[in-house]
Amino acid sequence: MRIRRILVANRGEIALRILRTCERLGIEAVLAASDADLDSPAARAADRVVRLGPAPPERSYLSVDAVVRAALTSGATAVHPGYGFLAENPALADACADTGLLFVGPAAAHLRALGDKLEARAAAVAAGLPVLPGGEVGNPAEAEAMLERTGLPVLVKAVGGGGGRGMRLVCHASELAGALELSMAEAGGAFGNSRVYLERYVARGRHVEVQLLADGERVLHLGERDCSVQRRYQKLLEEAPAPELPERLRSAMHEAARRLGRHLGYRSLGTVEFLVDVDRETFSFLEVNPRIQVEHPVTEATTGLDLVAEQLYVAEGRPLTLRQEDVHLSGHAVECRINAEDPDRGFAPGPGTVTGIRLPAGEGVRVDAAVQNGSAVPPYYDSLVAKLVVWGSDRATALGRLAGALDRFTVEGIPTTIPLHRRLVAHPELRRGAVDTGWLGRVLAAAGTAGTGGTAGTGGTAGTGGTAGAASPDRRGASWAAGVTTHG
Amino acid sequence: MILSREDVSDILRVLDATDYDELHLETDRFVLRLRRTPGGWTEEHEVRGEARLLAAPAAAELQSHDQRDSGDAGEDGRRERLHPVRAPLPGVFYRAPKPGAPPFVDVGDHVEADTVVAILETMKLMNPVRAGTAGTVADFAVADSAPAVQGAVLLWLEPGGLGPGELGPGELGPGEP
Repeated sequence: MRIRRILVANRGEIALRILRTCERLGIEAVLAASDADLDSPAARAADRVVRLGPAPPERSYLSVDAVVRAALTSGATAVHPGYGFLAENPALADACADTGLLFVGPAAAHLRALGDKLEARAAAVAAGLPVLPGGEVGNPAEAEAMLERTGLPVLVKAVGGGGGRGMRLVCHASELAGALELSMAEAGGAFGNSRVYLERYVARGRHVEVQLLADGERVLHLGERDCSVQRRYQKLLEEAPAPELPERLRSAMHEAARRLGRHLGYRSLGTVEFLVDVDRETFSFLEVNPRIQVEHPVTEATTGLDLVAEQLYVAEGRPLTLRQEDVHLSGHAVECRINAEDPDRGFAPGPGTVTGIRLPAGEGVRVDAAVQNGSAVPPYYDSLVAKLVVWGSDRATALGRLAGALDRFTVEGIPTTIPLHRRLVAHPELRRGAVDTGWLGRVLAAAGTAGTGGTAGTGGTAGTGGTAGAASPDRRGASWAAGVTTHG
Repeated sequence: MILSREDVSDILRVLDATDYDELHLETDRFVLRLRRTPGGWTEEHEVRGEARLLAAPAAAELQSHDQRDSGDAGEDGRRERLHPVRAPLPGVFYRAPKPGAPPFVDVGDHVEADTVVAILETMKLMNPVRAGTAGTVADFAVADSAPAVQGAVLLWLEPGGLGPGELGPGELGPGEP
């Protein structure tokens, strides 16, 4: 079924990003906007805007009823959920199916299976992917027994969770029972699911993820992204390809991701996240993100593909016209997330009004911005205001271009992470090559800007986004001062 | 509707071949300003016009801006002594760590300066709000789950070590004359 009119049920840069592709493909785009976003650049750019509800997300972007009603009243035949919010919530996919709307994403059954981290892990094992030693534990005795397989230190993780929440590092067996209890309580409160599991802790890990595009039969990989530059499980800088990755590992990860996609019969865009153990030179499956991701532009820059367009085609039921051999990866791309946060004040969020914004432009430079001069940055949503993406023929060229672009990027009225990115891009260790997920934490700690409780990295990794979709009045989408999370 | 990235690239390519250092394009739909700097081009870009709203507000459920005016505080002898706890940043005000949980503090509770009295959710981050001064909670100025602007009074404290008996609940509402 061809999509003629679509409801874009999201906000910020990703809403504008989806609108651009719709415009190019001749699809009429109706933006569902909350009251806080009726004057946003995306709302001005959309063909039509439908009011979704009040500003708080649980009454607008997180309301399945409001989104479905908005789609039906606007005459849209499809819903694009973007990332975060309801993107991975099977309830929206189900509600769309029930009302005859096309949900631009994978099948509800896949959202359900992949949202349960243990079910996803079981699918990965069934498809022959390596996972870290571990498994579900229901009480301290089982946890104690599991240590024989995982060793110490070990990570306690929430089955329904992600983004670092409910996750706990245990270094001594004596701490295990207490950590288990805390994680179960935290996970129960945050995700409505108190089940937890243990996984071996990787001392020096890199977060490397493989982009999949699948039509239910054919599964393509579009290369990998390295997202190891993280603060409290939040990605700040991503690049493609992953630097200094042994070719043996790289191709094995590509094939493993495809194998999982084929095993699932996956249809849509998706990302398979892996943790690369730097010391052992091995990789392990972490989870699947069944949505378009924040960092998709680095893949677009290295493949030349429009991932949103591909996602829409597959949603329409069209078979992929591309074959794996048609996918050519070229050059190197880096993305910086520009958040409305003050890196010199413990990354305090800084909502407000943008009083001036000047973007870098030129060859190999792309900015996906959510704001323009005069835009409000409301306090209700996450802090991402723009993404700067640069491409170069090789990594050094890309980083050089990135440094120049950051120097020309100015935002007034709100604090941003631009000054931090300038320092990171100039950092000799990043310039030299690969870093691990603990790197940024160490850099910030050394500079004394880690903020309250800034953690050095752990073997865990960011990028579960499923949790944002679970947010509701009980604040599941938010996190305590121990770290923000939404989508990866 | 939107000037595409390809459009801007094409314009830059044309400009690159000229001696011009600045281009300012303004239409009803957009403003585009390109400038040549020593480091490269910069772009200022604005989407103009208003959103084309499809229908009248579907559900006119207004937010519960339950922020009561504190302007008449001076009329009450006691109110003058009260210490306001203000929102350090804009956000949604919550009195309890999670729904159904008991509130951090209630009217009549004694607090120390570093006691967490509420949280403000800003950009998905839960920010604890501390009392700032020792005292007794006299009243709440913002309803639970309501948005608060930066600097808004969230609650009132009676400074000092007064016990709960000194101030009964409801005895001292900020809305009262």
